[in-house]
Amino acid sequence: MLRIENLSVAVRGKQILQNINLHIAPGEVHVLFGPNGTGKSTLIGTIMGFDRYQVLEGKIYFKGQDITDAPCYERAKMGVGVMIQRPPTIRGLSLRQMIGICGATPEETEKMAEWMGLSDFLDRSVNEGFSGGELKRSELLQLMAQKPDLLLLDEPESGVDVENIALVGRAANYILNNEPCGGSGCDKPCCVQNACGSNPLAGTKRSGLIITHVGHILKYVPASHAHILYQGTLTCPGGDPLDVLSCISQSGYETCANGGCRRKK
Amino acid sequence: MKDTKVLQDALQKKGAFGNDIDLQQYSDNNDVHIRTAEDLSAGGKERMERVGIELDGKNRSASFIQVDNAPLQAEVSVQTPLELMNTGLAAKKYPELVEKYWWKAVAPDMDKYTAITALEEENGYFIRVKAGEKIKYPLQACVFLSHEQQLQRVHNIVIVEEGAELNIISGCASDPEVDKAVHLGISEFYVGKNAKLTFTMIHSWGENIAVRPRSVTIIEAGGQFISNYVCMDRVKDVQMNPVTRLVGEGAVARLNSILVAPKGSHLDIGGKAILEVPGTRAEIVTRTISTGGEVINRGTLSGNAEGVRAHLECHGLMLSNEGYISAIPQLDAFTGNAEMSHEAAVGRIAPEEIEYLMARGLDEDEATATIVRGFLNVNIEGLPDSLAKKISDTLDTFSLNKGM
Repeated sequence: MLRIENLSVAVRGKQILQNINLHIAPGEVHVLFGPNGTGKSTLIGTIMGFDRYQVLEGKIYFKGQDITDAPCYERAKMGVGVMIQRPPTIRGLSLRQMIGICGATPEETEKMAEWMGLSDFLDRSVNEGFSGGELKRSELLQLMAQKPDLLLLDEPESGVDVENIALVGRAANYILNNEPCGGSGCDKPCCVQNACGSNPLAGTKRSGLIITHVGHILKYVPASHAHILYQGTLTCPGGDPLDVLSCISQSGYETCANGGCRRKK
Repeated sequence: MKDTKVLQDALQKKGAFGNDIDLQQYSDNNDVHIRTAEDLSAGGKERMERVGIELDGKNRSASFIQVDNAPLQAEVSVQTPLELMNTGLAAKKYPELVEKYWWKAVAPDMDKYTAITALEEENGYFIRVKAGEKIKYPLQACVFLSHEQQLQRVHNIVIVEEGAELNIISGCASDPEVDKAVHLGISEFYVGKNAKLTFTMIHSWGENIAVRPRSVTIIEAGGQFISNYVCMDRVKDVQMNPVTRLVGEGAVARLNSILVAPKGSHLDIGGKAILEVPGTRAEIVTRTISTGGEVINRGTLSGNAEGVRAHLECHGLMLSNEGYISAIPQLDAFTGNAEMSHEAAVGRIAPEEIEYLMARGLDEDEATATIVRGFLNVNIEGLPDSLAKKISDTLDTFSLNKGM
């Protein structure tokens, strides 16, 4: 799905990422750990193709195509979808219109907004006065409409209260379609509310790359590979996400990034 | 009464704001060739439709058309309880109303533009809705310029009596053949107790036309005044600073403006709300786009009494490196208990907004157009659907063509 080779990235002339190599196969969900300011958002923004991230070296391939120089909207059309940390407000553009832009029909929009508890927000300007949790739900609602093949989530839990974390997690899982709940007799809204088995996206092999500090999202999304981004370099490739998280909690990023946890085992 | 001596002196009085216009360059003309709306040029009719005038008048309670300085049409549809006629005619018919309403809101010696209008025989529309009558369909009024070098003088009086309701669509336009002319429009609006007046004014003038509206609205207790102003086409020079006086408890005013200034336009558009008694509320909202034109937005809130609330919002978007937008909000409190605020922002489109939409699959032009459209999306109450669609379509073509 995604292959990154030897990628180095600068922001405003300052190099942030060095020699990043990453491969995410169809159906795989990877997790990206790392301290603040180490370049995790830069990596996600570079994959999405945001202007301010300048690729100094290396290549990004998506579905086999070189997208290193492709504009952001082309990547979106090819199937890359992103949830950024602080989405801007677009005054006068309703959330309903935004979901339409993302590709949902009016009926789908109503239905998905209901799942995400955002029915009352559809006619408000996108993100205007939304709380932390509402912002994340709004982002996931947009992504649900966009149906990306590669889902990039930048700290989906930040600013979300305990109750909403479950909803955010299930919605992310719904979009990734990795683990239907298998509950019988569920109708579609439960797909998100309870992660039941009637996900219309079932059978597709979607991939994800998720930045998380606390790992709550791992309860809902079956992530298989973890990485630590430390001082601009990717380390600890492919470790089990829960093991890596517990290593970071016990020994800190530095020890873990240097392979300390594996030695301990 | 009009004091001719005072008015003669006032002919030398320049406007408080805006470029001074030498009125000597213009003259009174009446186009004798235009006797009915059918006689208008095709281009003229198109302009009228552009400013919301439906020539068949089907979805309108009444229609008024003035061409240059001559009334062309003043028709009220059958069984509609409102009065509509030329101001001069109304003055003859109702001398008692002249005492009460003529030049009582607007001072005739305010400046040379009011003075020269007051000195002449009066044209413009007189509209009265009697107490309790609620007029369902909008009234349309069109003031049209058809002559080169025309000095157009208009004096409008609108009286909405206690508990009555009226929606006016006022379209002002010039024939595409007219290059240079001047339009002076004096309007006095009287909104009675618990009455509601919605007034939407749309301008589409020629490139060398100067426009000087002078309006004052007086709102009594519980009355509501909703004013919308839309100006999207290139015009040489518009300067106005309409005043809304809230003189009765619970009176409410909402004033919206949507301004687009292409290169060559100079718009000096203000709005002043004076909250004279306790418990009155006012909101002024302006959205301005410059694609190379010059815009000055003046907004003033004056809190003269306890417990008034008012908000002023002025947002400008620069879509060109030429031209300018100047936002000048002013808040005056004359009591300790006036709650007034303002919000002004002028700038270009934030790149992260464009990128956000691009990440959802829009290319850069589409993203820009979407943001511009959202920016101008002020909730305009009182617009018939067809007119709202017309404005929205115009904004669409505008933002798509000139988005960046």
